[in-house]
Amino acid sequence: MTQIIVDELTKTFRVAERREGPLGFLRRRSRDVHALQRVSFSLREGELLGLIGPNGAGKSTTIKILCGILEPTSGRCEVGGVVPWRERIRHVARIGAVFGQRTQLWWDLPVADSFALLRDIYRVAPSDYRRNLDELVALLDLDRLLTTPVRQLSLGQRMRCEIAASMLHAPRVLFLDEPTIGLDAVAKLAVRDFVRTLNRDRGVTVILTTHDMHDVEALAERVIVIGHGRILADGTLSSLRQNVLGGRRLRVQFAEDVPDFAIPGTTVRHRVGRSIELSFDPRETPAHALIATIAARYEVEDVHVDEPPIDEVVARFYARHELEVR
Amino acid sequence: MSGGLRPYLAVVRARFSVLLQYRAAAVAGFLTQCWWGGIKVMVLTAFFATASGAPMTLPQAIDYVWLGQALFTMLPWSGDPDVARLVRTGDVAYERLRPLDTYTFWYSRAVARRTANPTMRAIPMLFTAGILFRFVGWSAFALRAPSGAEAALLFAVSIVLVIALSAAVSALLDTLTVATLSERGVTLIVGPLIIVLSGSLVPLPLFPDWAQPILRNQPFAGLMDTPFRIYSGHLAGGVAVGALARQALWVVVFVMVGRALMTRVMARLQTQGG
Repeated sequence: MTQIIVDELTKTFRVAERREGPLGFLRRRSRDVHALQRVSFSLREGELLGLIGPNGAGKSTTIKILCGILEPTSGRCEVGGVVPWRERIRHVARIGAVFGQRTQLWWDLPVADSFALLRDIYRVAPSDYRRNLDELVALLDLDRLLTTPVRQLSLGQRMRCEIAASMLHAPRVLFLDEPTIGLDAVAKLAVRDFVRTLNRDRGVTVILTTHDMHDVEALAERVIVIGHGRILADGTLSSLRQNVLGGRRLRVQFAEDVPDFAIPGTTVRHRVGRSIELSFDPRETPAHALIATIAARYEVEDVHVDEPPIDEVVARFYARHELEVR
Repeated sequence: MSGGLRPYLAVVRARFSVLLQYRAAAVAGFLTQCWWGGIKVMVLTAFFATASGAPMTLPQAIDYVWLGQALFTMLPWSGDPDVARLVRTGDVAYERLRPLDTYTFWYSRAVARRTANPTMRAIPMLFTAGILFRFVGWSAFALRAPSGAEAALLFAVSIVLVIALSAAVSALLDTLTVATLSERGVTLIVGPLIIVLSGSLVPLPLFPDWAQPILRNQPFAGLMDTPFRIYSGHLAGGVAVGALARQALWVVVFVMVGRALMTRVMARLQTQGG
């Protein structure tokens, strides 16, 4: 069932500009910034969408519109049959949202008190709350954090609590805006595991924005790339990869010096001593055939076939669309 | 409003308990207010010794001063620092993520703020000025009990209206903070105005006769002057009830204005972003 419909969504901000100089305020002008231009996509219930793009691409604007806190200039948008900004209160009661750069917990309160306040704000029935909380505490390992004041939590601990806080009212849709920003490896893995569980086991629809392509790789079947306020690609990560950097990488460790190394259909990317990294297209030269050819000519110690790192794929894609990566 | 007060009461409760944590500030505030209260009482005593035909008695004026010192933090003379922070960081938009009517949400926060701080300061102040002073022989400068049962009852009603009015003014200041993107301007203009017009600086009955009709009908009299005069019997009977009605009327006006402004500010926020 289609749960989220975004149709020709356009958002233009008017930004006041002030010229330089002491009398600049007399010559104020405004300029239009096109944050989103005719963005369209739809999402089925239970899908997990990764929304990626450089800073200023329009990811957050999209999320804010979907959350009901920003109104688009034109276009249509529905989440579960509700137009977010028109029925804000009804809408936000049914969604969960985590913004990695800010906190929804009350700084001075222990985590448990923050949760209890959210329970009352979202009018969650006590029995439902108890059940949700127990599950969240178990999944996110929050047991010892509940009595700690929020200001004493580490970033990783806080983010686990933030995500739990956004799920206390058991929303069917969850928006995550850079949920892993600044987290260490362990905390990132914990966040990813939890999001995966929510999505796979509970069928929660998730829209995730991130700059960490490993988040996307680990979680999202579907990726939308946004740049300059437009959708540049919409599909699986592997199709994006195929499309941009379809080649594979082969690292070969030779047992001898190979000054004259050259194999048709491959390009040498790096060479360090007796180790060479090649790129090749598996549709033209299958990996097994290539390895056989190399092994027949040289003495090989070890080989390793790999795909280009996802960061490289995305960077190449941004470059192709002349997106400034900051 | 979206039916049911449970979320808003929870906000008041949570905020109230957080504010009760700031005990060191309360102790400092209490000491400062004792000091200023003492000075005001001495000035008034000197003034009453030479004045004739004063519009209120010295004991009434002393009650007025001590109550004013006890309930000083009930005055909405500045906006909520939390809202100022939200404006500075641009997080205001995220307040809209809660399934709450934003005006009522902020009003609830203001109620907590205008009750928690006074609670911590009023109890030691009333004890000091009302009881301790008698034991050390300063009965002449002490706070007396309410002038009667009726006065006590009307005083209680009036204090409830003070909280309602103060929260409404606070919520309006907070909304103005969002509208002007800074709390400074608002506080600079409104702060001193409220301190004078509420009677916190000088009891309002001591202002010249020609000013009395204006002072009586302006909204900020309902923040201090009204309950304090009821307490000491300076206002009683029908006049007191009329003063309560004026307080209630100003609550309605401030809520309506605050709500209208909030709607406009939030509509702009919704189109312009945080």
